[in-house]
Amino acid sequence: MAAVETVLGQARAKGRSALVTYVTAGIRADWLDLLTVMIDAGADAVEIGLPFSDPMLDGPVIQQASSAAISRGTTIPGILAQLREVSGLGTPLIAMGYAHHACTRGLRRYCHELADCGVSGTIIPDLPVSEADEYLAEARDAGLDAILMVTPATPDQQMQVIAERSRGFLYVMSVMNTTGRTYERDDDARWAVAARSRKHSARPVIIGFGIDTPERAAAAVTYADGVIVASALMRRVMDGAPSTEVGRCVREIRAAIDNAQ
Amino acid sequence: MGDPGPAGRFGSMGGRFVPEALIPACEQVEEAFRRAWADAGFRTELTHMLSSYAGRPTPVTVADRLSDALGVSVLLKREDLAHTGSHKINNVAGQVLLAQRMGKTAVIAETGAGQHGVATATVAAHLGLGCTVFMGEKDMARQELNVFRMELLGATVIPVTSGSRTLKDATSEALRHWVTTVDSTHYCIGSALGPHPYPWMVREFQRVIGDEARAQCAELLPGAVPDAVVACVGGGSNAAGTFAGFTATTARLIGTEAAGGAALSNGRRGVLHGFMSSFLQDEHGQIAEASSISAGLDYPGIGPEHAYLAEIGRAEYHSVTDAEAVAAVELCAQTEGILCALESAHALAWVRRAARDGELTAGSTVLVTLSGRGDKDVSVLRELIRGRR
Repeated sequence: MAAVETVLGQARAKGRSALVTYVTAGIRADWLDLLTVMIDAGADAVEIGLPFSDPMLDGPVIQQASSAAISRGTTIPGILAQLREVSGLGTPLIAMGYAHHACTRGLRRYCHELADCGVSGTIIPDLPVSEADEYLAEARDAGLDAILMVTPATPDQQMQVIAERSRGFLYVMSVMNTTGRTYERDDDARWAVAARSRKHSARPVIIGFGIDTPERAAAAVTYADGVIVASALMRRVMDGAPSTEVGRCVREIRAAIDNAQ
Repeated sequence: MGDPGPAGRFGSMGGRFVPEALIPACEQVEEAFRRAWADAGFRTELTHMLSSYAGRPTPVTVADRLSDALGVSVLLKREDLAHTGSHKINNVAGQVLLAQRMGKTAVIAETGAGQHGVATATVAAHLGLGCTVFMGEKDMARQELNVFRMELLGATVIPVTSGSRTLKDATSEALRHWVTTVDSTHYCIGSALGPHPYPWMVREFQRVIGDEARAQCAELLPGAVPDAVVACVGGGSNAAGTFAGFTATTARLIGTEAAGGAALSNGRRGVLHGFMSSFLQDEHGQIAEASSISAGLDYPGIGPEHAYLAEIGRAEYHSVTDAEAVAAVELCAQTEGILCALESAHALAWVRRAARDGELTAGSTVLVTLSGRGDKDVSVLRELIRGRR
């Protein structure tokens, strides 16, 4: 258990930058293939997006991916059942779901259901640390790594608190924007937040939000222990790319961050 | 209806369910509001603005002919007479003054019917702040006049094309935008909802309705307090402000939801837009789309304090259909010469039904908050009423 922390910690110990990818559960019939393709292409962990009708921290790509998944009849019990079938992949899976689903199912049930079907980590972007006491306790009880976020707006003192309470890794929301929006002018500030986060975290610091190309991922790992790539991959999926092409994108990012070291 | 404390909880409702990125901004708003609300200087400035600019106090009209028609004694709290035509200005005046105090140079807002957007554009123009309003595409079509009013006032109106293209999605988009502009911009939420401190702050800025009405009722009614106090509820700001003046009295408090947006009557506990409350949901737990003729009530949730007042039984909430609301607009227009907003008509429609069904006993006294005027609804009503003929 607590596989996210173990796997990413080992990667860091070996000097390997971590690559965390993302797939919206149920986005299309072959979404589990996307998951395995990403793992085969070198993802160290994969976030499974649980589709929500109102994903407030997501930009247009993941909003559309969520609503496409919901339109296909994707439900949380359905996702859990499918995940149970593929458990034992050897690569940690991290559920990325909004507070609404976690709170309506009940935090205890939510965490245990995820753990029971082989998920090892959880991210709830709209459950800030100030609201998270019960969630963190239930996640611990279920053996899930509850990953918390820091942002450019987070003051140092608060960053320290969040870093201490986060498990698995510390998620750096590197830019004040929704997912999938990249502006080159933000890059310096982006790396500065990662560098600042590292001072507070004993765990790996992984940078996400707007990491869209192999080049940007390579730049990021100079400042962080790894990257999270989500919208850039989901954009291709939404455009109808076959899973092989998504795998190729993941391999390119893998190669770029490996070569950056 | 007191201070919900640092966690912003009304019982188990409310809270601050926003991404970590917005936590410092919410804390800043809370700190600024706490300081301002305890500062006599701020209170004086706000009161002066409400009286010299926004037209307060608004009168209470004894609605004799409407009372005769209904068989109960109706008093109307006339928020339709406030500047910009609704109660929304009360909250906006407070929040834009606060934004100025916080050194913000711009405000953003979400709007459904357009009344909150117009009020925000108005006060922003008055105080010289930039203003951007997020509005669902569907609402922009049915409230075209208000879109033009906002633009005339110098605001930028951004159409929201995601989801149901109404107030729910406009609110999500405004929150997303706030993440990107939080240093320079205050998010002026228009209803008694959102992350702490908004539900509380908006209720406090709206309590002027209830405080005035309480004093006005004391002058007008032999018993000083009406038997029932009724207000429409979307997110619930005019109702929260009205109830705040009467929670300590014996008056029955009644909130009226649109049948297609009845989050309390038909919803379940959930979390959206930063707060825990009751929300319309589908069988799989996704937030459902509301559907009402009145854009201002077209919201799948309800402010957390209303969910709490319902839970503890201090207020009751009933739903009213589109047809009942339209009939109430006509009745009010033809008996009182007041063209009220479709939103406000939901409150009147409940009174009419309750008086008919004996839910309100004959001759009882009822204060109804007319939250806004109906000019914005004329084209919707015209099509509907002409179609009926």
